[in-house]
Order: sequence, then structure tokens, then C-alpha cells
Amino acid sequence: MTTQGLLYIALVFALVLGAALPLGRYIAAIFEGRVRFLRPVELGFYRLAGVDETRQMTWQAYAVALLLLSLIHFLLLYAILRLQYYLPFNPQHIAGMSPRLAFNTAASFTTNTNWQAYVPEGQISNGAQMLGLAVHMFLSAAAGIAAAAAVMRAFTASALKSLGNFYVDLTRITLYLLLPISLIAAVLLVVAGCPQSFAPFISAHTLQGGSQTIAIGPAALQEAIKELGTNGGGFFNANSGHPFENPNAWTNLLENWLLLVIGFALPIAFGHMVKDKAQGRALMAAMAIILALGCVGAYAAEATGNPLHIAAGVAQSGGNWEGKEVRFGIPASTTFNVSATGTSTGAVDSFTDSYTPLGGAVPLFLMQLGEVSPGGVGSGFYTVIVFALFSVFVAGLMVGRTPEYLGKKVQEKEIKLAMLGVLILTLFILAGAGFSLVTASGVGSLANAGPHGLTEMLYAWTSATENNGSAFAGISADTPLLDYGLGAAMLFGRFAFMIPVLAIAGSLAAKPKLPESAGTFPTTGPLFIGLLIGVIIILGGLQFMPADTLGPLAEHFLLHAGKTF
Amino acid sequence: MAHAETISLFDGAIIRRAALDSIAKLNPITLMRNPVIFFTEVISALTSFVAAEDALKHQPYGFPLVIAIWLWLTVLFATFAEAVAEGRGRARAESLKRARSETMAKLLIDPRDRVIFKPTPAPDLRQGDIVLVEAGDIIPSDGEVIEGVASVNESAVTGESAPVVREAGGDRSAVTGGTHLVSDWLVVRITADAGSTFLDRMIALVEGAERRKTPNEIALNILLAGLTLIFLIAVVTLVGFGHYAGTSFSIPVLAALLVCLIPTTIGGLLSAIGIAGMDRLVRFNVVATSGRAVEAAGDVDALLLDKTGTITFGNRMASGFYPASGVAERDLAEACALASLGDDTPEGRSILALARERYSIAPQRPEGAAIIPFSANTRMSGVDFAGHSYRKGAVDSVLASLGTQADAVFSEAVARIGRAGSTPLAVAANGRVLGLIELKDIVKPGIKERFSALRSMGIRTVMVTGDNRVTAAAIAAEAGVDDYIAEATPQNKLDYIRKVQGEGRLVAMCGDGTNDAPALAQADVGVAMQTGTQAAREAGNMVDLDSDPTKLIEIVEIGKQLLITRGALTTFSIANDISKYFAILPAIFVTTYPQLAALNVMQLRTPESAILSAVIFNALIIVALVPLALRGVKFRPIGAAALLKRNLLVYGLGGIVAPFAGIKLIDMALGAFNIFS
Repeated sequence: MTTQGLLYIALVFALVLGAALPLGRYIAAIFEGRVRFLRPVELGFYRLAGVDETRQMTWQAYAVALLLLSLIHFLLLYAILRLQYYLPFNPQHIAGMSPRLAFNTAASFTTNTNWQAYVPEGQISNGAQMLGLAVHMFLSAAAGIAAAAAVMRAFTASALKSLGNFYVDLTRITLYLLLPISLIAAVLLVVAGCPQSFAPFISAHTLQGGSQTIAIGPAALQEAIKELGTNGGGFFNANSGHPFENPNAWTNLLENWLLLVIGFALPIAFGHMVKDKAQGRALMAAMAIILALGCVGAYAAEATGNPLHIAAGVAQSGGNWEGKEVRFGIPASTTFNVSATGTSTGAVDSFTDSYTPLGGAVPLFLMQLGEVSPGGVGSGFYTVIVFALFSVFVAGLMVGRTPEYLGKKVQEKEIKLAMLGVLILTLFILAGAGFSLVTASGVGSLANAGPHGLTEMLYAWTSATENNGSAFAGISADTPLLDYGLGAAMLFGRFAFMIPVLAIAGSLAAKPKLPESAGTFPTTGPLFIGLLIGVIIILGGLQFMPADTLGPLAEHFLLHAGKTF
Repeated sequence: MAHAETISLFDGAIIRRAALDSIAKLNPITLMRNPVIFFTEVISALTSFVAAEDALKHQPYGFPLVIAIWLWLTVLFATFAEAVAEGRGRARAESLKRARSETMAKLLIDPRDRVIFKPTPAPDLRQGDIVLVEAGDIIPSDGEVIEGVASVNESAVTGESAPVVREAGGDRSAVTGGTHLVSDWLVVRITADAGSTFLDRMIALVEGAERRKTPNEIALNILLAGLTLIFLIAVVTLVGFGHYAGTSFSIPVLAALLVCLIPTTIGGLLSAIGIAGMDRLVRFNVVATSGRAVEAAGDVDALLLDKTGTITFGNRMASGFYPASGVAERDLAEACALASLGDDTPEGRSILALARERYSIAPQRPEGAAIIPFSANTRMSGVDFAGHSYRKGAVDSVLASLGTQADAVFSEAVARIGRAGSTPLAVAANGRVLGLIELKDIVKPGIKERFSALRSMGIRTVMVTGDNRVTAAAIAAEAGVDDYIAEATPQNKLDYIRKVQGEGRLVAMCGDGTNDAPALAQADVGVAMQTGTQAAREAGNMVDLDSDPTKLIEIVEIGKQLLITRGALTTFSIANDISKYFAILPAIFVTTYPQLAALNVMQLRTPESAILSAVIFNALIIVALVPLALRGVKFRPIGAAALLKRNLLVYGLGGIVAPFAGIKLIDMALGAFNIFS
């Protein structure tokens, strides 16, 4: 590790957290309907869609609206992917996707996962990318943020019946938050060299006299929302390692910033919503500490390099360079990948598969923790709220009162629903990966043997269930087992978690908000932050330790014993 | 006090009985109430079958057998913890049961005629029956006195052997079944059916027989059951991961891993903690009608405390002499002492004491003195002798009796004493006003510190008094309460409670009169006095057998202690998991990947010994924590933040570290006996 490398990590954190504070305030203003600079456009959408802006929704109505919208878009995207051959903007005449791949891809983009079992350049048209995928990148991100807004409202007052209006939230978030930032970022990316074009792929004659097809398309805008909305679905297969997605170190920093900023701004917005900024900052601090540990840990593992190379005297200076772009270097690469797995982005600018075992274990573990550092836009926030509820429930009794969070009592119903959510995530990750590894089809998908292969499979199920979308490259994901299995994992991981969380919000909203006193469990300050991190690791991560031990940990110790796979 | 005697933590008889009970409690049907321990029992049974199968097949069965034994012990220790807690309650219940012996009641056919009655066994009495109780009789059931005055020995219930007076009408009309009449007779209307009397409910509560899980316990059980399921998934899927890695795990090994990971410690101690909390309250001579009330006591944000008896001693005491102009203070003191000679009230005695203390005046009662006792009409008392006449009494009464007006200086002195919350008494000798005595309501020493400790726990104290606003404000300031209700009536008490509850706060109060019943019912924690009326006892959710209103503060502390104990052991239990991974995971994977031995940070000797040590620790820790569960974690009124910091350090960090040491020690002990080496 070099000081320069650590400074780079510090720079990313400073830029992100510095921006998250004002952005959080702005997001709270959006949720509260105080941002109105595109009011006529906003009203136009409501009129067009027949939305009654003043209608307040119960948690059930809110969840139904969210599910309905997701279902319709899922079906629409499935149709686009199947029929893309007949649709416009398909200069390469790419054929329609197979049913199972279309199912997997539609599930992936509806759930903000962006798991890509397909090869973008060969299996999806520019039109489908833009109309199908990019639209979902906005919508699924906005839907996640809307759910977070609903959860935030539950804590604002006593005896609330409503959590807001889903359609209004969705419109405002898209119009005032996602679109403006993406447009600015897209322009910056175009300036730096990203293509934004509807022209066919370019055929180039190389110096060696051969010919090469260079894929281009409307990549810049998709790249912007890919990061901002923690989507991660690359326009190109190489994702952010591709020079057209991520031309230079500056765009790398920009993209890294984009994929973190909303995740960290949401707890700040929460602090403004509940009129207690310290509450928001405490949640943000817990998220940031976990991510910082991950960034430094992965960087340390990669900077140390491969012990076999070192022993053989062939080690490159600076550490393990395998799978990394020389344009970015090791600290920027590890920070990007850790950020993209600490959020549910799943974008990569280097290949986790090629990391050292411990370097690769960091992204895996961050996902297993439940995507809370800071997690997907919206989903990271409400997941951290679930862990905050667990924290006050377990440790809150130790101050001699029945547990409460922000004045709302945490009781049987909330614990039941929160436990249900955590159970579903655990079940899909462990049962999915465990089952796949005993089937011939599952084992056949693996590119490597031994613990490395186990990590590939575990990573795939973790990534899908936690709606991350990144892959331990090497696994062949387009098989019936993985297309359907991971597709189901993505849908359950998203909605079977989000709906219990909305139900918790509905239940908490209806409760009286108890005033704070000296006897109240403090949910700000270092003590609570430490407790929250501890609970996230123990309740969110410990159940994966046996599997992780057989994966990256075993590989680490074997590698040091000179054994590779 | 009959059942306030301390029962030692490990009384021999209780332990022997609990050991038997803990085996009876293994019945899976009853154990199902406790999901974690029930699940452990299923795993234990499964492991036993494996051990038996191995033995029958003449395969080595030592390891499965030892694991099975220790898993069964884990279950047994958990049921034992509950049995001990119940046993302690049962010991208390025994003394109560003795009072409930078969009694024949004298059922009156005609309530107006006390001569004709029909002897009826007490269990046959129904609500509304009218019975006669005479000196020497045991009161057959709970009831309301409708006629008569008598002294009743209630020691069977309260432990207090001095008889109390029970009479028709007023606030002392409730009688309790099982207590006995010392003198006179009473006609009592029965208010409870057999089996649901106060005594019956008390017995059921302290025995834990009718114990229902409290809301927080139910929620905690759900969390524990959820964690159990999560770890079940983790262990079952390990079969798949292991299969891929080319290894297979035996059932005893997986069973050991699973039982170590699921929260057996708190699962095993949870009900013992609840029973012990109730028991602590009973030992304190307070009976709660439900565990829910005890939990609510921990959550209380506001305490309504009666001024008299709780905040102040309840009798005013002389605290100063204020002579009129031209009168020496010593002369005034002497007159006061003479005027109080015949006054045997605590107030009168306090005046004599003050005079003696300040001026060494200790007058003897003169020969032939005529004592004028205090009467509600004259509101004065005094003494006449040898042509002298001394009077002391209410200022206006004394002035009126002398036919004089107060001058401005005197009026000002009267007003000043009133503003300080004290009562002025005027003193006159031979037709001349000599000055004033200040009678002060003395605030109990230490109560102010107590209130400030409560404040640091976020609890507001509210003083309830019948005094006027000025007096109330002065005493409130002196005692350091946060608020007061002056000129309190049942209605404005009720209104105050509703207002505070409207702000989302929980309120506790105590009361004894029938007119307190609505407020007792409205309060989240209502403590009725045993001496109070039946209506009050029905309305509250706790009854204080000692009828001591100061106990409200301790009740809150007991409630908090119960919750703290539950939280501390939950945190400890969950934090234990980390060390168990380090013990068991290297042990079960080491055959496949010998390099994983690097994770064996405790340097445990062999895989078998490592697994067994973790299982043994997991079982023994339950027994080791039984005393803490029964005694409760000490409550310190130091504010939530400081309390959390302390407990998190002890039970959170301690929960992470302690098992590392424990497992290592057990491994070393096994090594000393060459077990699995």
C-alpha cells in the first residue's frame, strides 16, 4: 500500500460525503414536495397518467402501486428483448433473446440488479439498450428511492395513516434528482470521450491489416444512470473497464462518485425528514465505516500481490495487476469495485475474479452484509433501517426500556417482518449456491475448480439476491438453472424484502411517536454507530461464514501454501 | 414479613425439586413454547439416533455419543433454569396456600339478620353472596364490608402482623380471603368467585403457572426463532458446499455447529428471567396482575407521587418562632411550649421539641391546669392555669377569639410563611398575640437526589397534593419534582394523566381510594394499596401489600432491571457466536483443506476436542448465567447513554471475548484427561 493509494480512497470519501450533505437536504426537499422548478412538466405527467397528486396511500396501496408498475415494466422489457429483431435502432440486426435469457434479463433490470447473463455487444440492440434497459435504470432506481421515502415518512410523526403517493414520489425523484444529475454527468462523459450515438458499429482496419468491429452506441447517458442509480449494467461487456464507458482516470473518479453519492445522501435526507440531522449522520457514518474498511481491505490485499509471483520473483511493482486497467491503477480499481459492491451497482472497472482471494472476498462479503454500505439507491437505506431496528431491539433493552427507534416502539410485528426479509435473502444465497454446486449443470458453469469455483457460484447467487449484478467473471451464467434460478433470486431478493419493509413502515407509521428523554436509547453517536456495525456484521454476515470459509478463505490459505486452481 | 424472607439463590430443596422438574419439562409438547430449546431437543434426539446406529453397527460411536450427551445437557440446563425460577416462586406460594385452607363460611340468608346463617364451604361461595365473619373466623373470600367495624390480621397476605381496621364505607372496606378477624364482626359481600380471589391469583402468579409471555418476550422469541432458522439454512446448505469441496460432514458435527450457533443461552434463560422479575416484585411485597405491567413499569416516563408520606414525612413539624413586635423570641417560645403542653399530636410534640432545642425550655405541666383540646370548631388548643390563658391555633381563629385585627407586620409574616409552603399558627397569651409558629412539611432527606437520578433516566416526577397552589409550589421546589398537581381531585388527576399520555408518555401512579379507581385504570402502571378499596385494587395492575406509596420508584427500577437483564443476556448470547466459528469451522474443514488450520486461533488440540469444547461451553454457560438471570443485572440510574455504554461493554464485548477463554480452558481440561487427543 502506498500513501498515494490511501489518499485516493480518502479523496473519494471526501468528495462523496461532502456532496451527500447538501444533496441529502435537497432530496428531503424533493420528498416533501418543496422542489418545484419543473412543476408544469410534473403536472403534465400527472394529467397524462391520470394521477391524483393529493391522494395519500396506505402502505398496502403504496406497495401495490410499486409492484404493479414493476410487473408492467417487467412484461414490457421481456417483450422488447424477445422482439428486438423487429424493433428500431438495431443496426447490427441482433436476434431476439431466448425466453429464459429474456426472463433473466427482465428480472435483472426490473429489480435494479443488472445481472448480465448476456453479452451486450452480441445479444442486445442499441434500441433495446436505450428503450428497454436505460429506462429501467431510471425506473427501478426511482422505485427504490420512493420506497425509501415511504419508510422515512413512517418516522416523522404520530399515528400516520399514509406513506405518501408512490406515483408522485416516482415522478419527482426521476424529474428532480435522477435526470438532472445524469444529464450533467452524461455531458461530462461525452466530453471525456464516451460515445452517444445511434450509428452502426464501426469497422476499422488495423495496422496489422486485419479488420476490427468497434461497438458504439448511446453509451454516455446509460453510463451516467448506470452509476447514479446503482444499476451497473454496462453498455459493453467489459463494463466500466471499457474505454468507451470509462475513458480515463477522471471519468473513473466521476463514476465512482456517482455510484456512491445518492446512497450516502439518503440517510442525510432522513435526518432532515425526521428533523434530527444527527440521526441521519449516524446511519451515514455506519455505512461509510463499513465501506472504508472494505476499500482499505481490498486495496491492502491487492497491493500485497500474489504470493506465488513474489516467490517466483516475477511480481509486478505495486501488487496484483491481473484483471486491472493500467489506466486506473490498483487503488482506483479496488476502490471502484468495492464501491460498486458496497452499493448494489455491480459495475466493475477491473475483474474481481482475478483479484487475490481476500481482495475478492471483500466485495462478496459487502454484498452478503445486505448491501448497506451504502447499498442500492433506496434499498440500502431501508435495509440499514432494518438493521437499526434489530440493533435497538437487541441492545435497546439494556437501557431498561422496551425498544424504540426514533420514538416508535419496535414490537412483535416489526421483528417478524424484518426477520422474514433477512431469512429470504439468506435462503436464496445459501440454498441457491449450495444446491447449484451439487448439480452437474451448476458445476458445469464454473470456469475454475476448487474453492475459486465455489466462490464463483456463491458470488453469483449473492449478487443476484442482493440485487448487485456484478459477477465473479468466469461463470457461464446463461444456463437454464442459472437463468431461472438467479432470475427468481433477483425478484425475491428485491420484492420479498421490500414488501415486508413497507409493511414495517406502515406499522411504525401508525404508532405514536414517543418524545425523547434522558431515558431513551441513544441512536446517534459513536456507541450506536459501533453497535449498528456490529449488528450488521453479526446478523447480516455471520451466517455466510461457513460458506465463505470454503470459498475465498480456503483459497487464500491454499494460495499461500502454493496451491492454485 | 412472611414471604419477604430471602430465599437463597441455591436453596437445597429448591434445587432438588428443580432437578426433577427439569426432566419433566423435557416433554416436547410443553417445550414447544420455547422454540430455540425445542429445536435443540430435536437436534439432540437426532444425534442420539446417530450414536445408537453407530453403536449397533459396531462403528466407533464415542464422539457422537459425547456430543449427544452434551446436547441433551444443553436442553436440560435450559429447563433447569426455568424450574429453579419457578421453584423460588413456589416456595413463596406455599406460605400463601396455607392461608387458603378449607374454611366454612357463614352464609347469611337475609343480610339484615345476622343470627340465621348457613354454614357453606368457602369454595362454594359465589359473587354477591353475603357472609358473616366473626372474631376468630377466617374471611372466606375477597369481599367488601357492608356492615360493621373490625380489626383484621392480614399477615397471611401482607406479612404484616399488626391488625388493620376494616369498616363499611370509605376506603378501608375491602377484605381479602384467607386473612382472619381478630375482633368484632363484619358483614361482607363476596366480590370474587372461588379460584379467582386475590390469593388465588397471587399463588398462580408467583408459581408461574399462569405465566403468559409478555409482548416484548414474544417479539424476542420471534427474533430467536428467526436466528435459529437462519443458522439452520447456513448449516444445511453447508452439506452442498462441502459436497462440492469433496468432503462430507457427519450429523453430530453439523448438529454441534448448529446448536452452538443458535441462541441457546438466551433461549434457555428467557423464561427464567421473566419469572425471576415477577418474583423480585413479589419479594418486594408487590403483586402485579401481569408480566406486561412489569414491562410497562420499565417504560414509564412520569411518576405521579402523593406528597404526603412519599415526598414529605406527612406530619408538619415546627421549624421556627416569629415573635410579634415588642415580644422577645424566648417569651414566644415559652408561650408556645405552654400552649402545646396538652397537645399530644406530632405537631404539638414538635413544638415542644423545638422550644427545648432552641431555648432549653421544658415546662412541666402546672398543677390544676385545664387543657383545652383542639376542636374542629374552634381550631385552637391551649391551656388555662392560675389565671393565665395560653392559646395556639389557626391565625384567623386566634385573632377572632381575641377580637383583634392583625397589624401589617404580622400579616406580612403570615403571608411569608404561607408562601414558603408552611403553615403559620398564631400564639396568644392572656389575650395578647405573641407571634407565630411556622409548621413545616418536612421533605424526606435524600428524596431530591432520588428524583434527580430518576430525571437522568428520563423519568419526570409529579407531586400530587391537596394543598393549595402556593404551598404545593414551595414544596415542589424544595423536593425537586418536575411538576405538581395542587388541590388535587380525582378528576384533575385523571385529566393530568390523560394529558401526559396524549404526549405519548407512560404514566405510573398509586392510589387507594375508590375515587382513585378511574385514574388507576387510566395510568399505564397503577399501583393500588392493599389497604385500599376493592374498586381501587381491581382498577390497578399492581397491588402493594405494604401499602407504601414510595415503592412506586422501586417498582419502576424492578421493571427496568427485568428489561436490562433480558437485553444483556440476548446481546451476550448473540455475541458468543463469533468465537464458536473460530472453534468449529477450522475443525470441520481441516480434513479437506489442512491449510485452514491457520484459523484455529485458539490452538485447540484436535478437531473432535475443538467441537466438543464449543458444545460444552455452550451448555455450561447456561448454568453459569442462571444466578445472573435470577438476580437480575444491577440497575444503575446513570442515564440511558451511560447505561448502554456500560452494558454494551460488559455483555457485548464480554460476549465476544469470554467464550474464547472458556472454550480454550475446556479444551485444555479435556486434554488433561486425554479425551480426544
